[in-house]
Amino acid sequence: MSVGVFRAMALILRRELRLSFRRPDQLLQPLVFFLIVTTLFPLALSPLLSLLRDMAPGVLWVAALLSSLLSIESLFKADADDGTLEQLALSGQPLEAIVIAKTLAHWLLSGAALVAISPLVATALAIPAAAFGTMLASLALGTLTLSWLGAIGAGLTVGLRRGSVLLSLIVLPLAMPLLIFGASATDRAIGGENPAGAMLFLAALCLFTCSLAPLAASAALRITLE
Amino acid sequence: MTEGGSRINMWTWFYKLASPPYAYRTAEALMPWFFAVAAGMIGYGLIDGLVFAPPDYQQGDAFRIIYVHAPSAWLSLFAYSTMAIAGAIALIWRIKVGHAVAAAAAPIGASFTLAALVTGSLWGRPMWGTYWVWDPRLTSELILLFLYFGVISLRQAFEDPVRGDRAAALLGIVGFVNVPIVHFSVYWWNSLHQGGTVMRLGKPEMPGSMLWPLLAMLCGFMCFFGAVLCMRLRGEILGRERQSAWVREAVKA
Repeated sequence: MSVGVFRAMALILRRELRLSFRRPDQLLQPLVFFLIVTTLFPLALSPLLSLLRDMAPGVLWVAALLSSLLSIESLFKADADDGTLEQLALSGQPLEAIVIAKTLAHWLLSGAALVAISPLVATALAIPAAAFGTMLASLALGTLTLSWLGAIGAGLTVGLRRGSVLLSLIVLPLAMPLLIFGASATDRAIGGENPAGAMLFLAALCLFTCSLAPLAASAALRITLE
Repeated sequence: MTEGGSRINMWTWFYKLASPPYAYRTAEALMPWFFAVAAGMIGYGLIDGLVFAPPDYQQGDAFRIIYVHAPSAWLSLFAYSTMAIAGAIALIWRIKVGHAVAAAAAPIGASFTLAALVTGSLWGRPMWGTYWVWDPRLTSELILLFLYFGVISLRQAFEDPVRGDRAAALLGIVGFVNVPIVHFSVYWWNSLHQGGTVMRLGKPEMPGSMLWPLLAMLCGFMCFFGAVLCMRLRGEILGRERQSAWVREAVKA
């Protein structure tokens, strides 16, 4: 029983990753969703590359936000349904550590994967290769922040039968500052301007949520699990 | 607060309010006073602001909507703070009345937010030539409305009212932390995208003849909020305590 906190977190992280790799369809769904949403915009607006380049940061970020929301709902759901979450909560390990491990696993599986395929989408949306570095860094920071915000929402709605719309209603207003800074960092990089200001704000938001969101999300779980 | 005695008194007052019957009777006693002061202040503010204050040299009579718009916008934030702080008190000290206050304040705050948005867009029509402009103030007010919707529907989504209360209180606190971030980032966003195209409603020094009715309206709106909060709080407490003996007594009386 005397497992250290970090060991326990590593075990949970490994368990999450292993479970996900056994269900590759669920792993791919958010990524395919991301691709489909970004395909909708050229069809709906215009195939003109110059126009697409202007809208690309917004399209990328809205699609990333929706894709992250789609997958965050299952963060605690399966474990809450079969009682694993209660067992974990009773295991003597701090609930915050469990939340951190699970959220990091979610980010690795959805956020980091999304960052990895974003150059593909970026090329299709005519984002110049010079802006890829900023785009990747901003998406990495942004999707991690989204996972944290989503963890709060998922913790609050985990006990509810129809929580998915409510989850979006809760998370989207919280994520708006992120959308603003993320899209503007990418936008500036495409325009050849210095994106440092927006990137620093993104990093600040990321650090802020990294430090406080685990507390809020585990407080939410304590409320809904009790 | 240097004496121990006054500190103890302050806490007794706090603990007394935590008792539902005491809070119910306090709200009952305060309500008419709030309504009376609100009626006086709003009555004076409306007459002085709409009739006697001079028209603005730039905006003419259109500026007069400020007497409803600015207090609504202020109250939208004030009610949110009330809701979040009451929720925090309820979570930390496990005071049930705090949840009742938060539940009572949320729809009032959402209504003030909606009023601020509607009056803002009506004001925008003569000033900007369109009902809606993605002005930072209007945009952050809109996001505030979404936050209210989230808190209100989260509370109602739970079958167990205790969980609903606590979840809504937690979301209220998270949103409270988020409000300044939203406000700030929306200003940043707007300065990036719009530059000087938005006609700024400048904030020159207001002459007293315009300012006094505005301050009166602000106080009047605060008292009106207090009065409606007392009214809704009584309903909330009665609903939550409907099993207890004192409610049967109070309703019978």
